[in-house]
Amino acid sequence: MRSLSLLLGGSLVGLFFAAALVSFFWTPHGVEQIAIQLRFLPPSAAHPLGTDHLGRDILSMLMVGARTSIAVAIVAVGMGVALGVPLGLVAAATRGGLIDEIIMRGNDLIFAFPALVIAILITAVFGPSALNAIIAIGIFNTPVFARVTRGAALSLWTLDYIRAARVAGKGRARISVEHILPNIANLLIVQGTIQFSLGILAEAGLSYLGLGAQPPTPSWGRMLADAQTMVALAPHMAIFPGLAIVLTVLGLNLLGDGLRDLLDPRLRRAR
Amino acid sequence: MLRHLAERLLSLGLSLFAASLVVFAVIELVPGDPAAFMLGMGATPEAIAALRRELGLEGTPLTRYLSWAGGMLTGDFGISYTYRVPVSQLVLDRLQVSLPLAAYALLLSTVIALPVGMLAAVRRGSATDMAVMGTTQLGIAVPNFWFAILLVLVFSIKLRWVGAGGFPGWEVGLWRGIGALTLPAVALALPQASILARVMRSAVLETLSQDYMRTARAKGLSRRQAVFRHGFRNALIPVLTILGLQFSFLLAGAIIIENVFFLPGLGRLVFQGITQRDLVVVGSVVMLLVFAVIVVNFLVDIAYALADPRLRRPA
Repeated sequence: MRSLSLLLGGSLVGLFFAAALVSFFWTPHGVEQIAIQLRFLPPSAAHPLGTDHLGRDILSMLMVGARTSIAVAIVAVGMGVALGVPLGLVAAATRGGLIDEIIMRGNDLIFAFPALVIAILITAVFGPSALNAIIAIGIFNTPVFARVTRGAALSLWTLDYIRAARVAGKGRARISVEHILPNIANLLIVQGTIQFSLGILAEAGLSYLGLGAQPPTPSWGRMLADAQTMVALAPHMAIFPGLAIVLTVLGLNLLGDGLRDLLDPRLRRAR
Repeated sequence: MLRHLAERLLSLGLSLFAASLVVFAVIELVPGDPAAFMLGMGATPEAIAALRRELGLEGTPLTRYLSWAGGMLTGDFGISYTYRVPVSQLVLDRLQVSLPLAAYALLLSTVIALPVGMLAAVRRGSATDMAVMGTTQLGIAVPNFWFAILLVLVFSIKLRWVGAGGFPGWEVGLWRGIGALTLPAVALALPQASILARVMRSAVLETLSQDYMRTARAKGLSRRQAVFRHGFRNALIPVLTILGLQFSFLLAGAIIIENVFFLPGLGRLVFQGITQRDLVVVGSVVMLLVFAVIVVNFLVDIAYALADPRLRRPA
């Protein structure tokens, strides 16, 4: 079961990364070539997933769209890690203190804003763009990583070897970086995988509403928005981008589950 | 318990205050003059100045914040730039769609998820369990708006059972209203039900290994009775927390789903507010959504303490 999750998840994720990478060099058709006479074609040998309302090849669009999804999600997760992990480490190192309290209450506050509502506020002020989508998703990722980091770090702080390090004269900042961080890396990788999949879903949702990546940049969410009004005429336009999202998110979730079991020996024994 | 309540109330008030500051600050950052925007080109400076006064755009940021926040507290959310009616009126109209939709979706997801999760836990490792785990894994991965499009494709376009969107209003009859909300509610409920079923499964599994379950069996209850009387009730505590957390996802999901089905709800109102740059509407509705999330989490917290006496004592 565990190795199956890893294998299946890894393959799906690998497939989409590969598709995104290959799209830099090659796609079956150009994504900017509009050919109205070829529009709404059902899947065929020349267009394996059919064409859209402008005659563009859907497979090619999906490949280039994977780039957008992956880029937005990765940068947003990176932002969450870069802001959240240090905050979590500081909170744990000053546990129970004023700084800890401020950081944790700030977290609660951000959690009260659904990610999409943050995105809506940001787009209302700065206009829709992929960058603003990244910022919105990244802001929401920050408290998640801060919380996970703090929780894991707190339990490490009680261990003997950390006390030994304190006795040896190391400061709290140095201990956090040298001893705590490497020991919670596993957990952060697993959480990162989960947040990555949530990021892909969020990007798709924002782009679907027109608040994310702007045309002509292909994006899975935008493709679904275009498809919606024509779903009676060309159902394949709606089906394939949605499948791409589902398979990527499913792959990431399975990979996350598999990694968690693999990296946490306690869970391995329990199951 | 009283002390716990007082602490939570204080924290509730602080959260609401901080949230209102954030929303206000973001809206203040907007470039351009909303009054000039609303009046369009060719407006005289006097007219713009008069409108600025009317909209409460004069004064220092502090006085503006106080009048905005004070208005929110007394139910005066300002006047919409585009609709030219009080935002509170718009919100009340839209709530008649959004509230029933959220309740419907919450009901569906709970009714589906709790029995399914419990069944999977009781039959752990069986084919049923595997099927539940597999289906819910898929359910979590499906974007609700895509699921919504598929539902429209199957039930509106192919089978022609229901309309593809829009809302006829409650005046035409309760059942037609509920009918119009059914597909949206199903689309909203699917990912929620998947998460909830998984939480329910692990919560029940957790209780099954507890000593009190063995005691229950020892005093002569059948396995089924023990699971229902003790396992189910104890498992509800973590499930309750997740339900509270899901409320905010439900609200966010509703923004997208209302747009898929062209439902005149709060989500669509805030979305239209953005496209029309109607900041009074966006700011007030966002604040209301955040208010709802904070209050629901507060209520869950209190319910949690009522359900589990151990949590009432200060840690």
